[in-house]
Amino acid sequence: MDSALIPKGARRCPFPVFATGIAVVSVVLLWGVFAMVLCWLKGLNQTNMNDYYGFALWIWADLAVIAIGGGAFFTGLLKYVFGIDELKNIINLAVVIGFICYSSALLILAIDIGQPLRGWFIFWHANVHSMLTEVAFCLSLYFSVLTIEFIPLILENRQLDKVPFFHNLSHNMHGVMAVFAATGAFLSCFHQGSLGGVAGVLYGRPFAYREGLLVWPWTFFLFTWSAAAYGPCFTLTVCKMFEGITRKKLVKDNVIHLLAKISGWMITTYIIAKIIDTIYWAGVTAPEMGFSLMDFYSDNAFYGIWILFAEIVLGGIVPAVFLTVKRFRENKKLLLVAIILGTLGVCLNRWVMVLQVMAVPVMSFDTWALYIPSWQEVATTILPVAYGVILISLAYRYLPMFPQEQELYDSK
Amino acid sequence: MTQDNHGKAHKYGMVIDLDKCTGCGSCMVACMSENNVPFKENETDKKDSITWMKVFKLTNGKPFPDIDTCYLPRPCMHCGGKGDHGHSPCISVCPATATDYGYDTGIVSQIYTRCFGCRYCMGACPYHARYFNWWDPKWPDGMEEYLSPDVSPRMRGVVEKCSFCYHRYQEARDRAYHEERRDHIEEGEYQTACTQACPAGAITFGDLNNPEHEVYKLVKPDPHNCGRPREPKAFRLLERLQTNPKVYYISEREWVRKAGDNYRKGEWGKEIKVSHGKGH
Repeated sequence: MDSALIPKGARRCPFPVFATGIAVVSVVLLWGVFAMVLCWLKGLNQTNMNDYYGFALWIWADLAVIAIGGGAFFTGLLKYVFGIDELKNIINLAVVIGFICYSSALLILAIDIGQPLRGWFIFWHANVHSMLTEVAFCLSLYFSVLTIEFIPLILENRQLDKVPFFHNLSHNMHGVMAVFAATGAFLSCFHQGSLGGVAGVLYGRPFAYREGLLVWPWTFFLFTWSAAAYGPCFTLTVCKMFEGITRKKLVKDNVIHLLAKISGWMITTYIIAKIIDTIYWAGVTAPEMGFSLMDFYSDNAFYGIWILFAEIVLGGIVPAVFLTVKRFRENKKLLLVAIILGTLGVCLNRWVMVLQVMAVPVMSFDTWALYIPSWQEVATTILPVAYGVILISLAYRYLPMFPQEQELYDSK
Repeated sequence: MTQDNHGKAHKYGMVIDLDKCTGCGSCMVACMSENNVPFKENETDKKDSITWMKVFKLTNGKPFPDIDTCYLPRPCMHCGGKGDHGHSPCISVCPATATDYGYDTGIVSQIYTRCFGCRYCMGACPYHARYFNWWDPKWPDGMEEYLSPDVSPRMRGVVEKCSFCYHRYQEARDRAYHEERRDHIEEGEYQTACTQACPAGAITFGDLNNPEHEVYKLVKPDPHNCGRPREPKAFRLLERLQTNPKVYYISEREWVRKAGDNYRKGEWGKEIKVSHGKGH
């Protein structure tokens, strides 16, 4: 039915099967859209946020999708700027994931503000001292870059490619992509960093506050580094999911292993920096404010020291070891464990830097504040996931997302 | 105008004598009435109630008969921020400049029509002094007639907080100009609603830069140390965070003064150095 749109020679499931799958995910999407409309029409009283939890599930979702979408800028940097050519076989996937992640983040932000119609004030009345201002500018600009990076892939669709203008445009855009990749990496360094700065500058919140370099707290650098380190883990996880669902090999092992190795070394350096940061914060910064480490991990029903262990050991050291050691990395199961743990690890880091920051009492007579999101918050957080599944499925079906697909199929 | 409150500018602040406060809540009621603060039909969940002035109940944690209670009224602290340069925790983070520092008064303002409700300032404030309008403001039938015409009601989706009854300052300043006193405002001309409503006289309000004012005499703020109180029985909440609040508390009771900040084991009573670095 839609065979004319499918890349030449590619094998795809029958259209009714594909349409049924999309319809099922669309139901979830519509549930999220309904919750989103409720939030816009009735206001943020539809959430379980309160004056102790002004930042909650949505901000975590924003930070998390931007971190795991970091594979786009980092893979782009490696491919186009550092010239690691093998990565051309996975860059399309990284770009599509990045596009989905960043558009999702912008959508969530649009729901998360109390006066959505005033959202543009962040640009018009910009406060240059605010990390959120930097986030808004860099995020919007980088989303434009991602769109530019996505366009050539769309134009490579079998039918669009027949139009000479589109064919030439796509070809020429590929030619200048290094410029956009470099711009994207530059912008990403700042918005990933400023997202880290959002928590790090809060000197009224001892759990979040970090000292730093000039105007940037250490979390600024840690967030940029962790997004570059863990972003590829998510790219690889999605790649493995595709291979599992389609029961096809889509990317050659040497490409997977190369990206996994780079990610592993990045995680290694990141986690060393994170451990040093944690030790300095626990030993110097927090005590100067009157807090001991265990003040942040006791006297409440959820946030125990386990969360620090899970973040650093399970989400940091374990994937770092698995991905840097060749025989572990080339073991299919261990590779899968490592990239999943890595993805979860960075998401846990973002959770801690948003929700635990809000939970910890600061005044000596205050109490821990725990929170459970409302169904509207959950639905609007799942909404981008459903949107992402639909978009990436469409991209896989109709665009040459995996350049090695045909070759791998033929060799089989 | 100088970029700090150490010079000739006013630096309005508050001193609350915790040994006089009975926890009656008059300050809270007066504040809500004066500032058109909306309320919910069901106020049982205090975590989303708007209370510009909130009275906390503190106890010393001891069993009867040694138990002791203290009520601690908490308005916005109108922090001067690190180094007392006006970069309070909330002002520096607001992405849309919807909250600002008045270098002529030391008052932290909130521009409701510019706030777009990101709530970053709420996350930044360690005192929970900032409140979000989760609902449309609604008053019972006829009650709108009693709203103050000097204070604009806020819309759903924006943050609000104590303004030190700024409209009263504007009124006093206008009167002073009209009477050709320029900005010379007498101590009694500008007083907050909570100060006037307190039946125990626990709250004192005035210019911390003016040695003639009662607030100055009560705490003797040190202008060379970001306004830290030189009076030994006086303290500010969370002094160690270097937020440099303009609300001071006084108590003869040691456990109350200790509750004003966080101390690790064995730290209380020792001289603790609070640096006044520039910060980020």
